[in-house]
Amino acid sequence: MNVLNTFLFVAFPYVALTVFVVGVIYRYRQKGFTVSSLSSQFLEGNKLFWGTIPFHIGILVVFFGHLTAFLLPRATLAWNSIPVRLIILEVTAFVFGATVLVGLVSLMLRRITSARIRAVTTRMDIAIELLLLAQVVLGLWIALGYRWGASWFAADLSPYLMSLVTLGPETEAVFALPWVIKLHIVGAFAILFMVPFTRLMHFIVAPLHYIVRPYQQVIWNWDRKVIRDPGTPWSRARPNNN
Amino acid sequence: MTGRLKMDVRSQISMVFHLDKCIGCHTCSIACKNIWTDRKGAEYMWWNNVETKPGTGYPGKWEDQKIYKGGWVKKNGDGIELKGAGKPKSLTNIFHNPHMPVIDDYYEPFTYKYLDLIESPAGDDQPTARPISMITGEPMDIKMGPNWDDDLSGSPDYARKDPNLESLSPAERDAMFQLERMAFFYLPRICNHCLNPACVASCPSAAIYKRGEDGIVLINQSVCRGWRMCVTACPYKKTYYNWSTGKSEKCILCYPRLEAGHAPACMHSCVGRIRYLGVLLYDADRIESAASADEADVLRRQMDMILDPFDPEVIASAKSNGIADSTIDAAQSSPVYKFVKVWNLALPLHPEFRTLPMLFYVPPLLPVMASVTTVDNREQSEKMNPIAKQWPDSWLYDTSTKELFGTIDEARFPLRYMANLFSAGDTTEIGDRLKKLMAVRLHRRKETVGDIPEETVKQALADTGLTPQLADDIYYLTSLAKFNDRFVIPAAHREQAIEMMEFTGDVKGNTGFGFKAGTAVRGS
Ligand code: SF4
Ligand code: SF4
Repeated sequence: MNVLNTFLFVAFPYVALTVFVVGVIYRYRQKGFTVSSLSSQFLEGNKLFWGTIPFHIGILVVFFGHLTAFLLPRATLAWNSIPVRLIILEVTAFVFGATVLVGLVSLMLRRITSARIRAVTTRMDIAIELLLLAQVVLGLWIALGYRWGASWFAADLSPYLMSLVTLGPETEAVFALPWVIKLHIVGAFAILFMVPFTRLMHFIVAPLHYIVRPYQQVIWNWDRKVIRDPGTPWSRARPNNN
Repeated sequence: MTGRLKMDVRSQISMVFHLDKCIGCHTCSIACKNIWTDRKGAEYMWWNNVETKPGTGYPGKWEDQKIYKGGWVKKNGDGIELKGAGKPKSLTNIFHNPHMPVIDDYYEPFTYKYLDLIESPAGDDQPTARPISMITGEPMDIKMGPNWDDDLSGSPDYARKDPNLESLSPAERDAMFQLERMAFFYLPRICNHCLNPACVASCPSAAIYKRGEDGIVLINQSVCRGWRMCVTACPYKKTYYNWSTGKSEKCILCYPRLEAGHAPACMHSCVGRIRYLGVLLYDADRIESAASADEADVLRRQMDMILDPFDPEVIASAKSNGIADSTIDAAQSSPVYKFVKVWNLALPLHPEFRTLPMLFYVPPLLPVMASVTTVDNREQSEKMNPIAKQWPDSWLYDTSTKELFGTIDEARFPLRYMANLFSAGDTTEIGDRLKKLMAVRLHRRKETVGDIPEETVKQALADTGLTPQLADDIYYLTSLAKFNDRFVIPAAHREQAIEMMEFTGDVKGNTGFGFKAGTAVRGS
């Protein structure tokens, strides 16, 4: 049992993280053409709305919720020390988790029922959707069955995750968790592992830099002023378009 | 000339399409399709398409920005903003873009199950080749095609819904669609390679850019992430989403051909020889003010940005901006410069979209020219063969007029309609150009047939500010121009083209087989 536990909560997370980092960088730099949101709105726009909006909004809230509890466990615990605040947090998290589920299920139904969407579905799309579905269902189950996650996550899981980051895994707390929660943790690393191989890549390239760039963009292959200047050494005038 | 001292001179490859010459053959579209868009996910794309006007076009009603929310609009305060995209909108609508056209606004691409014609078992019925969707591969009913309303077919559903008819009075509209008066012309469209491109501005990933050297607007396929905002933002609907690769694509003005000195495929193959391509020099410092001018002013301001390539001051600033001498030469002999600036004959399509499009159209005179009058020609019709009497007797297609430009002013094709297309609704701008075209015709008629009085022609030329010499030049470039007159392609310096992509110094010292490292090791 311990071997399995060690594999799942020490080895696998490191493998997943490594694959994630190396894979994402490799795919971004070498296979830029394959990195896309692969939007299917062009083929079907109405049903999409009712799936994609709840799914994305829900998952953003849930993701940043987990991230906050991970990065700021003390603040989270302090917030939760007043029951009303804890309940507000838990209810919000649950509602957004449920939103993800609703969105995901309607996206999957759309994928199954629309011939056009089936035409652009790959096996990896199905794999990742099933994985996400399992993860969301587990998450909701945990929220209902193992209260109050917002607090024990900060108390038990944050130190574990932090210990992974600092390369000194402390696994006792995790080994003792119920299997539902364990599955959820493994699921999270599995999703991370899958990012470079699936359309999930698109969240890595979320275009936030749009906010700061000027609207128009002109690219010169050559800085002609430089190449026409006899004072510039030839080897210093390089094309900037590639 | 003062105040012009500070100029940011840039060069732009731009185009003129002479609409009187377009015969609507779609050769251009096919040439483009064969080279660039005959691929999965791109079947529905027509980077070059030819529409019948009046008509709804492709995608349906693309000009109606109430539906598609393309282009720029003036802000309440100062400046302009994208109508349906832009920083706040593109980011908040990124999961679902409410203004995005879907494939049915274009058409579902299809092929036929041809093999059924040969391989069906013997039976009582003729086998048929059923249409098959090129997306799903399943049988489908064809509802639309890229030229569904070609030559005014299905007019109540298409031509009458032309967004440019909106500001016309009901009487004017009805007049356009009386059978005897019906007229149409063709409008070939490609990307306008705009100076203030809405597609570039809307791209959250910064994948779209304008090439500094020649102004061609391109989408970097490795950077595009399929956020689809450009599809909304381009008011001409000239960026297309490839549903298979998840990337957007658009006309590349055949830049690989241009770099090699060839005309773009659509232009090279144009049967009517309606297309011209050449360099324009413009002042990039004036882009913003031109694009944000009042609607009545945009067109004029855009024309003002285009600089005289013979002006020594312009040449000096062009040179200091690094523009090659060969490009300045090309600008001086550019057919586009002649049509657009010297003769003032060509206009951009929908300047009110504020993208400062760099494809100009010489408006068509033919559908405007003839008026239809009711006359009493019973006498004539009595002499006719009874079969010919299918035609009502009282209509006369009349191209003669006592007034010099009468046929333009009382055109059967309302000037307002043409103005809505080419001059943001300004009928004087379009009227002036049509009168010029008419004057050239009168002049040539006098020269070749000689049945028009000298005085009339003189009057016509004087009214439009032309001289016989200018009229002959226009005639030459319109009707007789050879390939090299129509396409003056600036040397992209083929010898330098490779250097646009890679630094040739990197492979210097190679053995000629591309493995520098090996040589270095052995040599050391
Ligand atoms: S026509 Fe459309 S796609 Fe082409 S440059 Fe202008 S805005 Fe961009
Ligand atoms: S090839 Fe030329 S004449 Fe034919 S449709 Fe195209 S633009 Fe018109």
